[in-house]
Amino acid sequence: MSISKFLSAVAALTLLLTAISMSTAVAEAVRKGDMTIDAVWARASIGTSRPAAAYLTIRNEGSEEEVLARIKSSVSAMAEVHETTMTGGIARMGPAGALKIAAGGEMVLKPGGRHVMLMKLKQPLKEGKKFTLTLIFENAGPVDISVPVLGIGASGPAQ
Amino acid sequence: MRAIRYTLWGVALVALIVVAGHQLSHFLGTDPEEVSGFRPTFTLVNHQGETVSEATYRGNWALVFFGFTNCPDICPTTLAEFGSVMDSLGDEAAEVTPLFITIDPERDRVKTVAEYVSAFHSSIVGLTGTDKQVADAAKSFKAYFERVPQESAPDGYTMGHTSVVYLLSPDGYFVRTFQFGEPPEMIVKDLRERI
Repeated sequence: MSISKFLSAVAALTLLLTAISMSTAVAEAVRKGDMTIDAVWARASIGTSRPAAAYLTIRNEGSEEEVLARIKSSVSAMAEVHETTMTGGIARMGPAGALKIAAGGEMVLKPGGRHVMLMKLKQPLKEGKKFTLTLIFENAGPVDISVPVLGIGASGPAQ
Repeated sequence: MRAIRYTLWGVALVALIVVAGHQLSHFLGTDPEEVSGFRPTFTLVNHQGETVSEATYRGNWALVFFGFTNCPDICPTTLAEFGSVMDSLGDEAAEVTPLFITIDPERDRVKTVAEYVSAFHSSIVGLTGTDKQVADAAKSFKAYFERVPQESAPDGYTMGHTSVVYLLSPDGYFVRTFQFGEPPEMIVKDLRERI
């Protein structure tokens, strides 16, 4: 095989791999200190007039409790963790307050439980796009995560 | 003497809690066994602006969900499930109508509801109405909703609501509920056995 053929094969393979990694809307785990954040995704929004939701899992591999104090978002003026509670078949939703993640524990945000409520959207969340959430932890400090936007009918990132 | 008095008060309190709990669960319609055999009625406006009633959907199995479009979690999840159920049913989907009834008619007018339901699946019918029409519809299903003031929520309020999906038979009788999060495959399986 000539060098030029070899190089073009490598180039083609690189392109293919890039295409594959871009087409899978699964975010890689982000680590900072003892904190690992993964299973990150948001549901596409219809326009900007209604709040949207993002989901993720935070793991605390340290030996001390961590607190998620605040969240900032690149796409909305407000972002806070809200919690859906079910009592006797009735769903209610409200701010969850500062989230505590126990040492060695994890905090799962998923449909029907907790979610990052994105309020006052500055732009619609479009399927296939990404945006940035900044999680501000009391000890670990700010962590930027890239959030892939899945379809409006999605129930979570592909396993 | 004092011990007896406290005991009696204790018994009275327990009795009160039991009775109140029973009344509440009856009122909320969370126990399908207690509420089977009823036939919900309503007059509402569909997302195309036409006035409809329960009779409009007779002849089809109906999946009914109460929610609101400003709800970012439970409602999209359930409507996405409706879409998934309808896609999985294939030809049998023609015998099922998924209905989304807003319990927030103040914000959810015909156009808003139309935009919302059509984002999930073309088969989903969105229904709204006047405050009274919506309240009457919910009452007829023994569904509960409430407006909850919340400072950080859009427009300063959010809604609490019954999160189950109701199944009505083609002759309009209540059949059962599906709890929130029931996998679409289970709903499809249940419907296939009935259709």
